[in-house]
Amino acid sequence: MENLFKKRQERIALFKKMQGKNKSTPIKKEIPENIFKSCDKCNYSIPYMELIENKYVCPRCFNHFTISANERIRQIIDVGSFEEFDSALKTFNKDKFIGYDEKLNKSMESTGLNEAVITGFGKINGYKCAIGVMDSRFMMGSMGSVVGEKITRLIEFSDRKGLPLIIFCASGGARMQEGIVSLMQMVKTSAALKRLDENGGLYISVITNPTTGGVSASFAMLGDIIIAEPDALIGFAGRRVIEKTINEVLPVEFQKSEFLMEKGFLDMIVERKNLKDILGSLLRIHGGNR
Amino acid sequence: MSSLSAWDRVNIARDHNRLKSQDYISVLFDEFYEMHGDRYFKDDSSMITGIASFHGLPVTIIAQSKGKDTSENLKKNFGMNNPEGYRKAIRIAKQAEKFNRPIITFVDTSGAYPGKGAEERGQAEAIAKCLFTFSSLKVPIICIVISEGGSGGALALSVGDRIVMLENAIYSILSPEGFASILWKDVNKAKEAAEAMKLTSYDLYKKNIVDFIVEESSSDVNHVFTQIDNYISKELSKLLSKNKKKLVNERYEKYRKIGIM
Repeated sequence: MENLFKKRQERIALFKKMQGKNKSTPIKKEIPENIFKSCDKCNYSIPYMELIENKYVCPRCFNHFTISANERIRQIIDVGSFEEFDSALKTFNKDKFIGYDEKLNKSMESTGLNEAVITGFGKINGYKCAIGVMDSRFMMGSMGSVVGEKITRLIEFSDRKGLPLIIFCASGGARMQEGIVSLMQMVKTSAALKRLDENGGLYISVITNPTTGGVSASFAMLGDIIIAEPDALIGFAGRRVIEKTINEVLPVEFQKSEFLMEKGFLDMIVERKNLKDILGSLLRIHGGNR
Repeated sequence: MSSLSAWDRVNIARDHNRLKSQDYISVLFDEFYEMHGDRYFKDDSSMITGIASFHGLPVTIIAQSKGKDTSENLKKNFGMNNPEGYRKAIRIAKQAEKFNRPIITFVDTSGAYPGKGAEERGQAEAIAKCLFTFSSLKVPIICIVISEGGSGGALALSVGDRIVMLENAIYSILSPEGFASILWKDVNKAKEAAEAMKLTSYDLYKKNIVDFIVEESSSDVNHVFTQIDNYISKELSKLLSKNKKKLVNERYEKYRKIGIM
């Protein structure tokens, strides 16, 4: 009888040991980048072709991967209809802020873009619109004078031409290196949106992960219709700053799309696979021109 | 221009004994009737709003307000506004437009409050709506940065036809401490950050963001009040003589031209 208990205890000990081993965080699989990509969230290895077909959304956990502005345009805008504006506009480090040129060059090299937003004209399911897409890979999608200027020109274009405006937001906020000038871009873009609003123009803001700080506190939150992708981080202050201020750990869902929807700040949360059709329908319902 | 460093001015701007919005309101205006509440959630006492008389002319006051001591500061959340503060500002600003009253704002905050409730109630949306609303109000707006102008929270009250700054006030994208910790990963470099950030009244004047600097070199505090009083009188009469469309267009252009290469 005693032996039986001993054996049982040994087995439990062994089981606990093995359980502990399994608890360790799974190591990312070392697979060539161009064949598989593992999901940041669930670590599932997704064949690259499947990922592209799935619009960079994990087929297992529906994690919406960060995508480039060009990929976004490819997903949303009808093939061959996109005309880019101000693509040559580059940032000039007027105040000679130390290290800024290097950061800009690095972002330009890695993204192939001149700045953190692409603006232009295009069609969605045949309906014309003015469209701006931010790219969070370019210095966190931060808004400096060029981003503010390109977005303002886009809003003014939309106002002049009587075309609906769509902006895909993805930004850490105002760009530190340009100081007060980047802060003022918040006023510039908001004032242009006010004019568009007074002239009856439609503005749809699509908020993607992440949209915080100065961009959330200006054009991201000023849409006639505000849409977000699932599980996107959206907020004004950073999570760590808030936790430090209130001395409290914030819940996981805090500042996520679903949280903002519940609090009444979003009109809808739309999965990436449905975005193009929803936007197309909204343009049509607002008397869209083909 | 005195030889104070940017960091010296940061410390002066944050000095507890420095005059607060409520001091300026009581000295510069003959009458003042405070108005409370955003009509949706509550009254944010870090935002003072109301109707005043400026040499007989009715004006609307919207002011960020820090407390004079700790107990007052606890009530006023150390001058850090919540969304309901910005929504109160919008309500009172629209009222000013309805009754054709010019608006005088006083800017003094280290930033919008980074709290849980503030996020839940849409701090970003509240600030964005301030920028949106003030940009096209059909009445003159004069913004006076008296001490600390911190980030989007201060920007919300800085959309106007004229921006005035006290000589030792600061205005920046975020605090020098935050700047140092984000860019250089070192909070102790706040002093260097203050120099690099170009946050003094003179820096902002050079960048054409500030229209007028109120000198603080005199030991007589009345000199500050006199300069502000004269400036408001002079500029309000200019702004009031413009037709409303021109006024709003010129305000649009004022911000439109910031940051064009």
